[in-house]
Amino acid sequence: MNILILGAGRVGESVAESLASEQNDITVIDTDPVRLAVLQDRLDLRGVAGNGIQPSVLKDAGIEDADMFIACAPLDETNLVACKVAHDVFHVPTTIARIRSPEFQDETALTTDKQTGFGVDQVICPEDSVTRTIRKLIEYPVALQVLEFAQGLLSLVAVRAVPGGPLVQHGLAEIPQLVPNADMRIVAIYRQDKPLTEIDGMTRIEPGDEVFVLAATDDLPNVLAAVRKMDRPVRRLMIAGGGKVGLRLARQLAGQMQIKILEVNRARCDYLATQLPADVLVLNGDSTDEELMDDENVQDMDLFLALTSNDEDNIMACLLAKRMGARRVLALINRKAYADLVQGTTIDIALSPAHAVIGELLAYVRRGDVEAVHSLRRGAAEALEAVVRGDRGSCRISGRRIEEVALPRGAQIGAIVRGLPVAGSDESLALGDKRGDAAPEVIIAHHDTVIQQGDRVIVFMPSKKQVREVERLFQVTATFLG
Amino acid sequence: MQSILPVLAVLGGILMVFAATMLVPLAFAFFGGDAALSAYDGAIAITFGAGLVLFLYCRRFKRELQPRDGFLLVSLVWAVLPAFGALPLMFHLKDLSFTDAYFEAVSGLTTTGASVLSGLDSLPTSINVWRCFMVLIGGMGILVLAVAILPLLGVGGSQLFKAETPGPMKDQKLTPRIAETARGLWTVYFAIALVCFLSLRLAGMGWADAFMHMCSTMGLGGFSSHDASFGYFQSPSIEAVTIVFMLIAGVNFALYFVAWKRRSLWGLLRDVEARTFVLTLVASALGIAVFLTAHGVYPSFGESLRHAAFNVVSVATTTGFATVDYAQWPVFAPVLMLFLCCFATCAGSTGGGIKMIRALLLVKGGRRELRRIVHPRAVVPVTLGQAAVNTDVLQSVLAFMLFYGAVMVGSTMLLLFTGLDVVTAFTATVACINNTGPGLGQVGPAGNYQDLTDFQTWVCSVTMLLGRLELFSILVLFTGSFWRK
Repeated sequence: MNILILGAGRVGESVAESLASEQNDITVIDTDPVRLAVLQDRLDLRGVAGNGIQPSVLKDAGIEDADMFIACAPLDETNLVACKVAHDVFHVPTTIARIRSPEFQDETALTTDKQTGFGVDQVICPEDSVTRTIRKLIEYPVALQVLEFAQGLLSLVAVRAVPGGPLVQHGLAEIPQLVPNADMRIVAIYRQDKPLTEIDGMTRIEPGDEVFVLAATDDLPNVLAAVRKMDRPVRRLMIAGGGKVGLRLARQLAGQMQIKILEVNRARCDYLATQLPADVLVLNGDSTDEELMDDENVQDMDLFLALTSNDEDNIMACLLAKRMGARRVLALINRKAYADLVQGTTIDIALSPAHAVIGELLAYVRRGDVEAVHSLRRGAAEALEAVVRGDRGSCRISGRRIEEVALPRGAQIGAIVRGLPVAGSDESLALGDKRGDAAPEVIIAHHDTVIQQGDRVIVFMPSKKQVREVERLFQVTATFLG
Repeated sequence: MQSILPVLAVLGGILMVFAATMLVPLAFAFFGGDAALSAYDGAIAITFGAGLVLFLYCRRFKRELQPRDGFLLVSLVWAVLPAFGALPLMFHLKDLSFTDAYFEAVSGLTTTGASVLSGLDSLPTSINVWRCFMVLIGGMGILVLAVAILPLLGVGGSQLFKAETPGPMKDQKLTPRIAETARGLWTVYFAIALVCFLSLRLAGMGWADAFMHMCSTMGLGGFSSHDASFGYFQSPSIEAVTIVFMLIAGVNFALYFVAWKRRSLWGLLRDVEARTFVLTLVASALGIAVFLTAHGVYPSFGESLRHAAFNVVSVATTTGFATVDYAQWPVFAPVLMLFLCCFATCAGSTGGGIKMIRALLLVKGGRRELRRIVHPRAVVPVTLGQAAVNTDVLQSVLAFMLFYGAVMVGSTMLLLFTGLDVVTAFTATVACINNTGPGLGQVGPAGNYQDLTDFQTWVCSVTMLLGRLELFSILVLFTGSFWRK
């Protein structure tokens, strides 16, 4: 796929990095040639220096052949105008804009209308994605990562096993006896940051393992309780950094729990205080000020979130909060190297804003009928949801038992969702008559489960390199005529 | 040591590709039924086997190539491949020493065209085909070829690309992916080569001769299947066709690629470097034609122009074909031609030397210094076309010139030390470092490098390699900091 990315900032860089490694033709436009030169040396892509809302620059970057245009410049106005130019002047099939201001996100007609609006096909907002991710983590306090598939019916959770969890020190074959009330499938186990390549009934879960479990969203509390003892829900929350994410989060969670926000900038504090309900306490002070934290009882906090724009500050604030007694700490970390360094140490969760948003983009880039993609372990692994088309003759998955499907090494089919309508195909209309009334069904995969046409299959891949191979499985051969 | 193993794995892959290119002369030998048929199976087996062993043994150390690995790999490939390229020559010509065979292969791959062989007309066709075919491969670059067809080079590919492609400014990518760029350049190269082949055939060459001289012309090498070079044909139309294609091959191939992509020749015509290249050559050819007429070397201006045009273009584009023994011309003409070959061809072409773009930058940089003497506080950017050139580029050009001079002096002194006469030593150095081929004196268009001692031959081989890789890629290996952990 030929992809043009505007802006080589943090988001642009992460997007370029995860797309360039998948054999896409990437061109990045930025005003800073030095930054582009660095990027071009590190990744197999082309950099074009210039202002990306100018048609001449876009043309220079080869926009006429582009399949997708992703605008991730720092300013909303740049991204909107660039998408408008890409859509109106160059007729790029897919345009994606990164929008920061919530007001633009609400005005869907303005951003997405092809005639009178800015012609944006998809709006991405890293702040929004991060907020949603954090809310999921608050909802399931023991999870490291929670990802939804099949319109929320199915969830993939990453949990760290601790001594004392019902399943810990047991083999996977014993799961049905130990946890009879929840059907689940363990798709991957990471031990000391390395995936176990062969997972079978004999594999035992050890304390400290990072376990990826797939289960129906309704069963999730039971599943989590099986891997580690259920933690108490979050009642007290401290947020360091009252930026966009902090504000959004506080606004959404106000009333459900006790919230304190630390913000170093006095003027920003005033603004936050007017924007948020009175029960949210806005504190003026540095995120690494231990006296202030002590005064505000950081030791009683169920969760401490470090959400400033500075990686080092976030890490230090989390280390400090943990030392002072906060139950769980989460740091927002942009640099991949830092995130890999601290995740799972004293800091419970390291969250990368760029990766939170990449899944949404990847779903557009993937071939075949890929509905959703989630990037796992900061981009190393991936889980995707794809619709099965064709029958046994034309597709290499349809009509087969799971054990018959030739998946690449380590990749696993975790679950199947049957009966969800498939958008935009004649076949779904035909099938819709039969299935429209029945509620969609979540089937946790077993070796003898038979995959049918129209199923949504959730596949876990421990390495991104396997993506192409898995996509090919889902592609229907040319003889299939619908 | 750890750092060299992943590089060796790639070298193994490239050797296997190189072995495959030997199928071309094998095919000629097989269908032509010539005497050298038995020389190739052994050469192919050894080359492929060596590549396979290296690849299999070092494969497990494979990792993404780093900038340093790029230089190491490029130097290794260019030093090692000629040794294998020499095999068919050695297997067929039993009394050819390894030194001479290696020289001949280096000369081919670096597109120099200097030869130690004589009696070319009596050699089997396939041997001559192999010599010329090496020129074609070396012209666009064996590593660029590897990047184009081997999937094992990801980001590292662009490091290789930079280390092998000539020219001072290599950061401008033509396509997003480096493999795509490499493929595009080879496609354009082959397309032009095909046109050249057919044109030579139409102009009156035999099929085999047309193929060989096409290879030599496109790579700006200068190998011929005849001792008399183009003098053998005595055909103005063949000479005209060859002149045109030598000029075409002397221009940056990236320009053709862009022209093909955009379906427009505008960029090509507007390019400052290409324009200066063509103008310089046309002016020199005319000037030398007038000079020859004035000195009465040829009876008519027409004949002067014919010989001047062919030989000037041939030497100045670093090809090295000859229609006459131009060393017999009044000395100003051949020396001017050798001077031209030092800088005339464009960056990104198959030619050698300093490259026109560096020469332009030097002239403009020099002019800027002069202006600054008069107006000490003036801000004077150095521009090419419309774009200002980064000071870093200017500095690297100056550094290049410094090393170019140093290598030139060093090589000349070494040759003088071993007892060569001044004219031969100096012109052999010039002809080797610029990948031209014939010099003057002993190594002039009528003679060749046969009479040099083994040591002198090695000096010339090394100089050719240094010239082809534009010095830095090899010289950087001799710095301590390159090897330090």
